[in-house]
Amino acid sequence: MFSNLRRLGTAGLALVGTVYAGSAMAEVKMAFVEALSGGAASAGLLSQKTVQFFVDRINAAGGLNGEKILLSSYDNKTSAQETLIALKKAIDDGNRYVFQGNGSAFAYAILDAVNKNNERNPGKEVVFLNFAAVDPPLTNEKCSFWHFRFDADVDMKMAALTEAVKGDKNVKKIYLLNQDYSFGRSVAAAAEKMLKEKRPDIQIVGNEFVPLQKVQDFSPYVAKIKASGANGVITGNWGNDMLLLIKAGKDAGYNGVWYTYYAGGLGAPPAIGEAGIGKVKQVSEWHKDVTPELDPAIAAFEKRFPGQENEYGYWRIKTMMEMFAEAAKKAKSNDPIKVAGALEGLTMSTALGPVEMRADNHQLLQPLFVSTMSNKVKHPLQGTKIGFITDRKVDAKATAVPTTCKMQRPS
Amino acid sequence: MNDGSPTTVPPTALIGVQLRWWEKYKFWLIAAALLVVLPHIPGLSSGYGRSLLSQMGITAVFALSFNLLLGQTGLLSFGHAVYFGLGAYAAIHLLRAVNGGLPIPIPLVPLAGAAAGLVFGIIFGSVTTKKAGTIFALITLGVVELVYAASFMLHGIFGGDEGVSANRTGGPRLLGLTFGPQIQIYYVIAFWAFVSAVLMYAFMRTPVGRLCNAVRDNPERAEFIGYNPQRVRFIVFAVAGMFAGLAGGLLAINYEIVSAESVGALRSAQVLLAAYIGGIGHFIGPIIGAAVLVWLQVNLSDYTSAWLLYFGLFFMAVVLFAPGGLAGLIMMHAPIVRTRAFWGVLASYAVALVPAAIMLVGAVLLIEMNYRLSTQPELGARMKLFWVDLDAATPWPWVTAVVLLAAGFYVFRKTWRFVAAAWTRALDEAKARFAGGTSP
Amino acid sequence: MIEVFVSSLLNGVVYGLLLFMLSSGLTLIFSMMGVLNIAHAGVFMLGAYITYQIGKYAGFWVALMLAPVLCGLIGAAIERYGLRFVPNRKSHVPEILFTFGLLYLIEELVVMIWGRNPIPATVPEALDFPLFTLFGTSYPAYKAFMMAVSIGMFVSLYVALKRTRIGLVIQAALTHPQMVAALGHNVPSVYVLVFALGSALAGLAGAIGGFTWLTAPTLAFTVGPIVFVIVIVGGLGSLAGALIASMLIGILQTFAVVVDYSLRDLFAALGVTVSASSPLYELYSIKVAQTAPVIPYLLLVLMLIVRPRGLLGTRDA
Repeated sequence: MFSNLRRLGTAGLALVGTVYAGSAMAEVKMAFVEALSGGAASAGLLSQKTVQFFVDRINAAGGLNGEKILLSSYDNKTSAQETLIALKKAIDDGNRYVFQGNGSAFAYAILDAVNKNNERNPGKEVVFLNFAAVDPPLTNEKCSFWHFRFDADVDMKMAALTEAVKGDKNVKKIYLLNQDYSFGRSVAAAAEKMLKEKRPDIQIVGNEFVPLQKVQDFSPYVAKIKASGANGVITGNWGNDMLLLIKAGKDAGYNGVWYTYYAGGLGAPPAIGEAGIGKVKQVSEWHKDVTPELDPAIAAFEKRFPGQENEYGYWRIKTMMEMFAEAAKKAKSNDPIKVAGALEGLTMSTALGPVEMRADNHQLLQPLFVSTMSNKVKHPLQGTKIGFITDRKVDAKATAVPTTCKMQRPS
Repeated sequence: MNDGSPTTVPPTALIGVQLRWWEKYKFWLIAAALLVVLPHIPGLSSGYGRSLLSQMGITAVFALSFNLLLGQTGLLSFGHAVYFGLGAYAAIHLLRAVNGGLPIPIPLVPLAGAAAGLVFGIIFGSVTTKKAGTIFALITLGVVELVYAASFMLHGIFGGDEGVSANRTGGPRLLGLTFGPQIQIYYVIAFWAFVSAVLMYAFMRTPVGRLCNAVRDNPERAEFIGYNPQRVRFIVFAVAGMFAGLAGGLLAINYEIVSAESVGALRSAQVLLAAYIGGIGHFIGPIIGAAVLVWLQVNLSDYTSAWLLYFGLFFMAVVLFAPGGLAGLIMMHAPIVRTRAFWGVLASYAVALVPAAIMLVGAVLLIEMNYRLSTQPELGARMKLFWVDLDAATPWPWVTAVVLLAAGFYVFRKTWRFVAAAWTRALDEAKARFAGGTSP
Repeated sequence: MIEVFVSSLLNGVVYGLLLFMLSSGLTLIFSMMGVLNIAHAGVFMLGAYITYQIGKYAGFWVALMLAPVLCGLIGAAIERYGLRFVPNRKSHVPEILFTFGLLYLIEELVVMIWGRNPIPATVPEALDFPLFTLFGTSYPAYKAFMMAVSIGMFVSLYVALKRTRIGLVIQAALTHPQMVAALGHNVPSVYVLVFALGSALAGLAGAIGGFTWLTAPTLAFTVGPIVFVIVIVGGLGSLAGALIASMLIGILQTFAVVVDYSLRDLFAALGVTVSASSPLYELYSIKVAQTAPVIPYLLLVLMLIVRPRGLLGTRDA
């Protein structure tokens, strides 16, 4: 009906749509498969803009080996099945690279389909670039030559987080509260294992699983946490489950420390508010006050995409795109197999320190930061007066954890 | 519950014309030929087109099985996906076993889904079918929520959110087929879809199937003549569960991965929508509905990020203006299709279509500009809609859109008279012919 | 132990009362008109957003007054300009689909107006203090306020239905819709009135619930199904039943969270050990606490099997 709109909507940017439409130049087609519609699409939309932003930067700098990147977006409608349909469509459209991140379930679906596609259609291999799905099996027992992960996985983040717990001598009793699905279970398992190693004196007084995005009132859970006497809670919760949990903690006057993965996520700082100051910690590869001055790329991003819902959260996408461009340059080709080969073991220096793509399991090693919520920040978040300040930095090399991956490379 | 009795008796039978076998099975032969040809039509012959067709086939079986309940027996289920999903899980586990060396050919794997659907249909059906009406609907809602929750808790069976995956190429070869390429799987799906459609059609013609209609229309009377409505509901529920399970089994071999969403309430709502949009009063309704719904769901999002909004509006429009569903709209023309005045009806449609299209363009412009400015302001106010560059920051596009909408609506209403007049003429002619006894 | 008991009881009561506010409107609508209004939770969500929006300019208290009124008007419009034109209303299936489409529409409108992220609907300052502290757990004042509002709502609704003329008509229509029509009351306008009233109650619940629950576009889809559960468990035509069902679910869910035992523990107490290789090991290992959010559905299924008319229902659905 309005076919041009498709390009507009999917490319994400009117500008790109008109400039590159119809150009006869060879293109590197890359597909972005995420949830882009419905009420729960904010993370998908923000990462879409971020990827588009860095694609435009690469194109402005001359593209990959002289070829421009054409990014097309496909809506997975928050469904594993729709993810597979979207992926099929993307592959049919000639895309040989796929981006995805939000939702480990969809990452598993894509990984499985990519593996099968590459096995069944030699010569049409697809490479999967993952910027946020952090369930450990993706780079362990399910690892694949065709998958690269640019976010630190659950175990690596937990290693950094438990270092912080280790240093906090006041914490004697820890409560684990996680969402009842693969990711949440991985968080709980990692916490249990690592706490035992690093702080055998700490007692784990609870290991709770809540159904994913179903609980409206967390006060019963907080009552339980309080009754257990825990003075620290480790949680991998994200989205509503994160916000409502801390809100309930605030209402009940809970005084313990929250060790989180996603307290800096979209919508979280405004919902947590002042109550989180000094008490909410998170582990991430970046936060807004990680360097005194905002990185110029991020400043440019925020200028182009103003508004709270666009506040930058994906430093790793910058790393991912830069490493990808670097690998293509090193391979002197945009062919997926060659670029994947060049990505293996690739090292690069970033503003936050050196990073390395592990060759043995395709997991990026990057510096990790444990930070605490504070109102003494230079860059407050999402319309609030609060942000995060760094407690400790873990260098890229030190974040590595052993892998069970037996990588099978194409001959 | 129902909008009209299923059109089972061909009009020719009414006037006692002996049917040749070709006439009798025309519908099925055409359907079979279509199923064979479709994946080779340009536009559908790509891998994506074929997987779209496969998805439509799966949904069609699922929607047909749902219509055994809603259309035939008057049972509104909010939880039909339970049998679909459990069937899918059964089939994917069987497929894993096949990967492990069990010598079962891939095309037979979906039967495991049918078996599971039947078993769970019997188990849950013995409880849920005690009552009909709203109570039945709400029990099924309760069951679907319970099963969905269980699918997250019982990780070993359901694999949680990442689901259970298997490989359809890792089985015994049959006639040299690997079942890797989509076209091969498409034909497996088409075969089972065809078979199950025939079986469901036949089921409706059995005495039990007829009793379903009786139970739907007047349970007291059915009971009075000696049939237990509860028993009839139970039987049809189990049968519907079996076919839903078969559809689930097809899903398993098509996607090679089954996750919790397959047993959820949303999937159940989706099949309800497919059946209703297609038309629950006609056998072919759910098939049309499945095709339309799948197409909309998969493709609308490519054109507009506001697709859910259009989706919602579309349902509401179907409910309000086409209570018999799309099949109802089409079948409405059956009595007049052979009259000469039918061309007049078509012409009147063409006339009405112009203002209707203008009205729609106006509405779409308004929605798209609104959506852009409110949800994607960073993309700027300049946009391209209907091949025209426009700037939503200026008043003119808005004025144009409102004028198109209002003027389109005004003229559209005026054209209804033509349509009504053309219809009257066609009906009069049809009546005259029928009365005159001229065989069509 | 006692502290957990007391705080769970308090939490359960507050949660239950909020559920009651949310579902009482649908009890009216569903009992009287048989409309399983799926968009009811959407109206509730609109109530939360409208309160936030008005509250920004005119303060919370004005918003609290206006939001139910606006939601009532929205409800009246849904009935008068939407549902009334739905064909084959007798079967109720088209109505359900219509309200289902409407729910999508409301969600997308909310996304268009307020965006996808949760809005910072904070507790009004006058209520933002701990009312009392019990066993070291503070009890926020706004929760007490919520309790007061919902109890006040229940009492005034009860009085209005029992003591006023229109209330008597509505009440009669709840149990004997045909008879009321036969007596010459204008049933269509009673319908609009009931729909408006039901939606206004949802709006009030939204105004109060907005800052306890998260005001985001996904709110309607998350709370939607539980409303039906309460209406059915409570029983058709019974506000008191809805109240009891809400409290029951609120308290059951809250207490279930505290119970960390599984079937396996029960077997162990009986002297039976279940080995990890047992086929149902996973099922036996599910803790009661994990099942808390599905308790309403369990209750629903059991209730419909044992007593289909609900706790205090006066007639079958």
